[in-house]
Amino acid sequence: MARIGVFICHCGENIGSTVDCAAVAKAAGELPGVVHSVDYKYMCSDPGQSMIKDAIRTQKLTGVVVGACSPRMHEPTFRRACNEAGLNPFLCEMANLREHCSWVHEKLPDTTAKAIDLVRILVEKVKRNKPLSSIKVPVTKRALVLGGGIAGIQAALDIAGAGHEVVLVERSPSIGGHMAQLSETFPTLDCSQCILTPRMVEVAQHPNITLYTYSELESLEGFIGNFKATIRKRARGVDEKLCTGCGVCTQKCPNKKIPSEFNEHLGTRPAIYVPFPQAVPNKPVIDRDRCTYYSKGKCQVCAKMCPTKAIRYDQEDELITIDIGAVVAATGFTIKGTDFFPEYGYGQYPNVITGLQFERLASASGPTLGVIRRPSDNEIPENVVFIACAGSRDSAKRLSYCSKICCMYTAKHAMLYKHKVHEGRAHVFYMDIRAGGKMYDEFVRRAIEEDQVNYIRGRVSRVFERNGKMIVKGVDTLLNGQSIEIEADLVVLATAMTAQPDAEATAQRMKISYDADHFLSEAHPKLRPVEMNTAGIFVAGACQAPKDIPETVAQASAAASKVVGLFSRSELAREPVVATVNRTAPPLFSTCVGCFLCETACPYQAIERDDIRGRDGQLIRQVAKVNQGVCQGCGTCVALCRSKAIDLQGFTNEQVFAELLAV
Amino acid sequence: MKIGLYPGCSLEGSSREYLESLQAIAPVLGLELAEVPDWNCCGASAAHSLNHKLALALPARVLALAEQAGMDKLLVPCSACLNRLSTTRAELIKNEALRREIAEVIELSLTCRTRVTDVLSVLAKATANGFSEKIRQPFARRVACYYGCYLTRPVEGAACRRTEDPQEMDALMKLAGADPIPWAFKVECCGAGLSLSRTSSVAELAGRVVEDAALRGAEAIVVACPMCHTNLDLRRSNIEQNLGTRFAMPVLYVTQVLGLALGIDERALGLHRHEVPVRWEKKANHQDTQAPSEVK
Repeated sequence: MARIGVFICHCGENIGSTVDCAAVAKAAGELPGVVHSVDYKYMCSDPGQSMIKDAIRTQKLTGVVVGACSPRMHEPTFRRACNEAGLNPFLCEMANLREHCSWVHEKLPDTTAKAIDLVRILVEKVKRNKPLSSIKVPVTKRALVLGGGIAGIQAALDIAGAGHEVVLVERSPSIGGHMAQLSETFPTLDCSQCILTPRMVEVAQHPNITLYTYSELESLEGFIGNFKATIRKRARGVDEKLCTGCGVCTQKCPNKKIPSEFNEHLGTRPAIYVPFPQAVPNKPVIDRDRCTYYSKGKCQVCAKMCPTKAIRYDQEDELITIDIGAVVAATGFTIKGTDFFPEYGYGQYPNVITGLQFERLASASGPTLGVIRRPSDNEIPENVVFIACAGSRDSAKRLSYCSKICCMYTAKHAMLYKHKVHEGRAHVFYMDIRAGGKMYDEFVRRAIEEDQVNYIRGRVSRVFERNGKMIVKGVDTLLNGQSIEIEADLVVLATAMTAQPDAEATAQRMKISYDADHFLSEAHPKLRPVEMNTAGIFVAGACQAPKDIPETVAQASAAASKVVGLFSRSELAREPVVATVNRTAPPLFSTCVGCFLCETACPYQAIERDDIRGRDGQLIRQVAKVNQGVCQGCGTCVALCRSKAIDLQGFTNEQVFAELLAV
Repeated sequence: MKIGLYPGCSLEGSSREYLESLQAIAPVLGLELAEVPDWNCCGASAAHSLNHKLALALPARVLALAEQAGMDKLLVPCSACLNRLSTTRAELIKNEALRREIAEVIELSLTCRTRVTDVLSVLAKATANGFSEKIRQPFARRVACYYGCYLTRPVEGAACRRTEDPQEMDALMKLAGADPIPWAFKVECCGAGLSLSRTSSVAELAGRVVEDAALRGAEAIVVACPMCHTNLDLRRSNIEQNLGTRFAMPVLYVTQVLGLALGIDERALGLHRHEVPVRWEKKANHQDTQAPSEVK
């Protein structure tokens, strides 16, 4: 005879203010098989859990239904409590009275009636639950880090430093990411390359790190501890083993007028190139879309000049499949281009540039060797206008979020400009200054007070060219909303930071969630900031939300420590929600007829074949068998099985029908 | 193409040449225009700053009459009327109770079935096929397309897509053989809101538009709104007085430019009604003017 206990949680006001919890508990107490039914303010709290444990012991409960929040939130909590009281954890079920009821309905009698229905459904189910035990799966102690910017570099070094293997995949020809493009970094003005490049070299030399540049994740299969990653290593056109990185090919390439991605199109590069001199690895790549040989079949200058004969025009992409235990997504960000802003000229004015372009102008390794020159005529600008919040915090542009780093880098840009052009005038249009961080506000004050940058609180309505000058029309809201016009030589837009253009596709490939702006969604915004909802996948850096270097590095180290924590275990416990083919001991009987439709249907290749043999060893029949380590519990095979020989543990046909009949 | 027409007050008064030119080119473009019977004021400017329900009821009556006349689509050439009619329609579609209330006030049935459309969209459709064959005399001049505020705002449901740098009128001008200049004043304010109360401000605001167009070598400004026309044309002497310069740059309606390209008589297009004479010194700017290569 079933002895079910029902525990209704108020979740503070969350459920209690909409649902009459006492009425639900009372109604549940009258359901057949229920011997104990109570309600309590916070069932997940220690006293709440004790109520459940005591009831299990004193009432000799055979099943528990907790009517509370989503099982995603507290199912592990309540199952653990049951286990501690000696009840198999899989005999505990949750009725979701919060997300499925109180949060989505108003306070009406019907809402309470629905809550009672939800509880009754689960009572009927739990009567048919069977004790199950977790499945143990091994952990592959090798991490995949996706993205070789500062986030990926930091995560890879930390995991590798803890003694685990790391596969670092970067899609551009070199690691380094956006940080390699920066001139100086706030708030200390130390040179970005000087602090980054040693880390890049460390990655290349670390015995535990395998680096794949110019490569992309093709697919990711499996689950926590047991992923299978396929990496597409794109053809560089260069034999990396033979190439010494001497650079002769890049010097001799006749096709030198290609806009350089690394220099944000302010400089040029040849068709065979390394993005920047400090690139890791220092091996060139042939840009097949622009190389004369691929378009016209002639040239081959690089092959003729290469002293080690390393050029391979016919090299093909390589697909590499690796077993992986955990993944760190550090796929980075991009920024809006000047062409995103009709009011600032739709990208038609060469002297309206982005903040990232300004970084290249200010960088000693940039196209102007660190001298600030405006793109139109290479003159040193005397009047520079910086526009903060270009696109960010503007719901009309569908970018309602704050890009977070612009206040700081705009102050830095204005400061760098004043340091380089002493007589120059720098103006900053801003909405508010968000300089929260260690030594951040002091940095902005320094720009305003010591470097005399002219900060104007107001927006810029339009930028256009007249007689060779950029006319910046804006408003000064601290001067009674007076409109002002500045004749500038150069305009720098702090354009919004956005997710990578293919962020959505990448997330879907990895089966992880993302938000409306295509930034990756962490499992919990406060308490699980580096984990994804998909177990075994972690996140670091600006692919999750706009953030600066210190924050990125901190998050990368946090993600790495999560991976290392996961790798500290030799095996993981998995929920036993897997399919099983019925077999009656001795292992002779099964209703499986061996049609193997399930084998065709299974998306995870979890169906195996098993022989049923007689005492004489003669084969009687071949039946299906589920590999419980591979099965994901999707239930497709259950639906297809025509002899009803397969069932899903924890969600058997019997249980599901009982739930439906209880509605 | 059969289409309803709501002229509004301007097109019968200060901007009658807009209506005349529209009616002159309509048959050539295969447009059949039917005026809404017994139409009333759209309430622009005055009503919506005083009484919200009145501001809805006035355009709603026009919409109801158009509906009653069986019009699927209603062309509203005046930008202010367009704004009032389309925002009213949008609001009444969104708010069912309000629609019923307003219908009661105007004592007419109202489903908002009739769609409201602007002159640029209608002309774009009407010139989509075979327009180049109808051209008699390409309007081979540098023009500044001036959209003003209401063709791009409010952004939702606006006639033009790129709010800050619309292209629809530019495309029509290219079809007519003109060379539209890229400039930054397409949607700047002409000062219409202060047209009667603070003419000095109008002179300043409209002056900026005229000045920049002239600086960039435009030979004419093209508009699709009666208020824009009034402020750039009728108030030209105020502008010139304010800036201390003279600008021999006429302001034409988009319909007039198309009419000239189609070889329609200047008088029929109402060119004689303008304050700034529609005349150009012979071939003065011809070097700057690109050949109408894109007429296809």
